[in-house]
Amino acid sequence: MLVSVQSSSVLRALWFAGALIAAPVAAVADTPERREPPRRVVSMNLCTDQLAMMVAGEGQLLSVSYLASDRRSSAMVEQAAAYHRNHGLAEEIYLLQSDLVVAGSFSTRATVDMLGRLGIPVAVFDPAYAVSDVQDRLAQMGEVLGQQDRASALIANFEHQLARYRSDVSRRPRAALYYANGYTSGDKTLAGQILNLAGLDNIAVEQGFGAGGVIPLEVLALAQPETVITSRPFPGASRSEEVKDHPVIKTLRRKHPEAAMTDSDWVCGTPFVLRAIEDMVALRQKMQKADP
Amino acid sequence: MMRLMLILTVLVGALFVAALAAGPANIGLFESLGALVGGDAGPLTLVMREIRLPRALLALMIGGGLGLAGAAMQGYLRNPLADPGLIGVSSSAALGAVLAIQTGLSASFAFGLPLAALVGAVIGVVLVLVLAGPRGSSLTLILAGIAISALAGALTSLVLNLSPNPFAANEIVFWMMGSLADRSMTHVWIALPLILLGAVMLITLARGLDALTLGEDAAEAMGIGLRRMRLTLIFGTAAVVGASTAVAGAIGFVGLVVPHLLRPFVGAQPGRLLWASALGGAGMLLAADIVVRVVLPARDLKLGVVTALIGAPLFLHLIYRTRREGL
Repeated sequence: MLVSVQSSSVLRALWFAGALIAAPVAAVADTPERREPPRRVVSMNLCTDQLAMMVAGEGQLLSVSYLASDRRSSAMVEQAAAYHRNHGLAEEIYLLQSDLVVAGSFSTRATVDMLGRLGIPVAVFDPAYAVSDVQDRLAQMGEVLGQQDRASALIANFEHQLARYRSDVSRRPRAALYYANGYTSGDKTLAGQILNLAGLDNIAVEQGFGAGGVIPLEVLALAQPETVITSRPFPGASRSEEVKDHPVIKTLRRKHPEAAMTDSDWVCGTPFVLRAIEDMVALRQKMQKADP
Repeated sequence: MMRLMLILTVLVGALFVAALAAGPANIGLFESLGALVGGDAGPLTLVMREIRLPRALLALMIGGGLGLAGAAMQGYLRNPLADPGLIGVSSSAALGAVLAIQTGLSASFAFGLPLAALVGAVIGVVLVLVLAGPRGSSLTLILAGIAISALAGALTSLVLNLSPNPFAANEIVFWMMGSLADRSMTHVWIALPLILLGAVMLITLARGLDALTLGEDAAEAMGIGLRRMRLTLIFGTAAVVGASTAVAGAIGFVGLVVPHLLRPFVGAQPGRLLWASALGGAGMLLAADIVVRVVLPARDLKLGVVTALIGAPLFLHLIYRTRREGL
């Protein structure tokens, strides 16, 4: 049976997430806390920005990184406008008199160490390597912000939506993910799992890529994917992105030139990956229709 | 003489075939050549015609052009240290190319990229010739080259760092070291006209360069127009280096090593050295591009790394010899 998920259900899930953000804190204020929840939280990483905006109670989150306002990378640009914008520099975070900083494990090491020396607690979040990491990160954010109930509600909703994608697919079209500099993602990455859940087979896995890596153009061409899903170009020009317009890639994409990822839904382990899966399901259905 | 030409031609031909056969995908030699010539709509033909053929053609053209430009500059300046990469012409060309890409000129007009690199290269050559003076002593030539390389390199880095594109800044290495990875026939077509034009201009210098070995006065007495020769050299070199750098980045040392190695075989005649260096340069770059693919297949090792590993020791040797000769 084909997976048939209405995009409205995803939208509903996202609306639910949005509603939670706007909901009054009263619901959780009464629950007994193990320790006093932080009141001046600063996030300095694109992914923790979005997790914090979803999970934090009203007035609890003070500042998010400037990347949260970048339409290309962030799925929560509108919400981010309500917060102070930081650039991940130790001194600006210190001046905000924050009582908790949430950072990604790839955030600038020097900054995180400096904040530690200044006596500001830092909660470090690992990047998501799998769709199942979404729940973990939400739970971790609930934990550090003292908002376990809001996090649990988001997790329950996410799992409910995700369960719809587990059905079998009649034919799994073969696709490849292709980023700037010829980079691709295998099945041990968030992007690879999004592809897999949407019912597409990943060329990179056939070629032995577990994590990400550079797939030579000629190897990609000989693997003959039914389409190549590319990332959207950044503004300005670069030679790294030029390879996505190589005649070989254009030939491979001929049948489905629209196959592209909306990066803001793909980069972070947040419930927005549901939107990415949904996009890929739509692509797969088109591919199945074209080549049953 | 004919023998040298024959040997070099056979060598370049063999390296060209080897370059077509080298690549991360394991395809048999005859199978791949068959797909290239015969050709169906299959993936093998696609790989051969759109990936390997342009790469080998670019190595051939660019290597030939750089060897020729090096031989011409060395002949004109009567200085074995002159190389477009070393004296800052390639860096200036790279700056022109980067400006064309970042301002969108290259996207709006197909020849915008090589022409902008040509303008950058012209500025570079003129600056070097003005700074080093017409007789170009080794010291002033190299110093002028260092200054121009440093300035053009810094400006290239600045432009790339200012780009809104997050990948641009990482490409500083490409512009300084050069690579032929993932080029297409489009790059061949935009570089070919200028490289051919420049090569024809430089080849016409043969008689003049031979005459110059007797000194400038003797050359003028033989009816060689030095002014015109200088202009031909400037634009010929700039066209070759500009178009090459625009598509492959700045590849150094080819124009230094090849004329040096071949000089003894042509009886130290700069005119004959021109075509010999063109063939030798093509061979050297084809070989270097095979090496980067065989040694580190998946890493996009930059071509300039290989050419510098061969060329820099030779350069040091040349400096040492020049010093001993008391120049």
